[in-house]
Amino acid sequence: MAARQRPLSPHLDIYKKQITSVLSIFHRATGVVLAIGALFLAAWLVCVASDAECFAWCQQLLASWFGKLALFAFSASMVYHLLNGIRHLLWDIGWGMEIETVVKTGYLVIFLSVVLTALLWFVALRGGAL
Amino acid sequence: MSNMRDPLATARGLGSAKDGVNHWWMQRVTAVALLVLSPWFIYFSVSLIGADHFTVRSAIANPLNATLLLSFVIAIFWHARLGLQVVIEDYIHGWQEITLQLIIKFAYAIAAIASILAIGRIVFSA
Repeated sequence: MAARQRPLSPHLDIYKKQITSVLSIFHRATGVVLAIGALFLAAWLVCVASDAECFAWCQQLLASWFGKLALFAFSASMVYHLLNGIRHLLWDIGWGMEIETVVKTGYLVIFLSVVLTALLWFVALRGGAL
Repeated sequence: MSNMRDPLATARGLGSAKDGVNHWWMQRVTAVALLVLSPWFIYFSVSLIGADHFTVRSAIANPLNATLLLSFVIAIFWHARLGLQVVIEDYIHGWQEITLQLIIKFAYAIAAIASILAIGRIVFSA
């Protein structure tokens, strides 16, 4: 099949950034981050199941600045993807499709993501004693 | 040329992949499961910060925690695979798409199996 150059709709960078599109892009990006992070969770579980050396190595890696940064990205992504996922499920049952509601719940998700991630890391950096 | 086929017959044909809405539906089912399991997982992870190897293993070996962790791991790998499939469908085409789709399928199946075996080993050796 000969590939013919067909007209394309204007690309992403043509449009003005809007909360609807930005949050949608963010949902996908955080989903990819979580999918990659999940592979590390599997590796960690295998390490916990194997021996003390592997476990110690894992914990050392997680405690390093790089490990903490990765954990921060993973946890922030999880909080956002979870909250925005609720929005998606509500849309699936037909709730909150009016544009004002979409904008309102969008800002609510941003606000709650920041607050909950901050709270999570406040507890975590205190040593995790809940 | 109008389509004379009964819409129900089309729906019963389940589309070209013969898969119907299964992908879409399982994405939602695993999403609902993760809605409950993820907050628990965050709580569980934070409670294990600074814990030694024995404490972590004992915590995972606890029957309730083991059940929830196993459910979480299955749901997250399933959900991740379905999600990545759509992302690849959107941006990558040709033989690279097929190759990557297969790699993702295998990688997430292996990750799920490895996690399940690891949890099993921790539980049954506690």
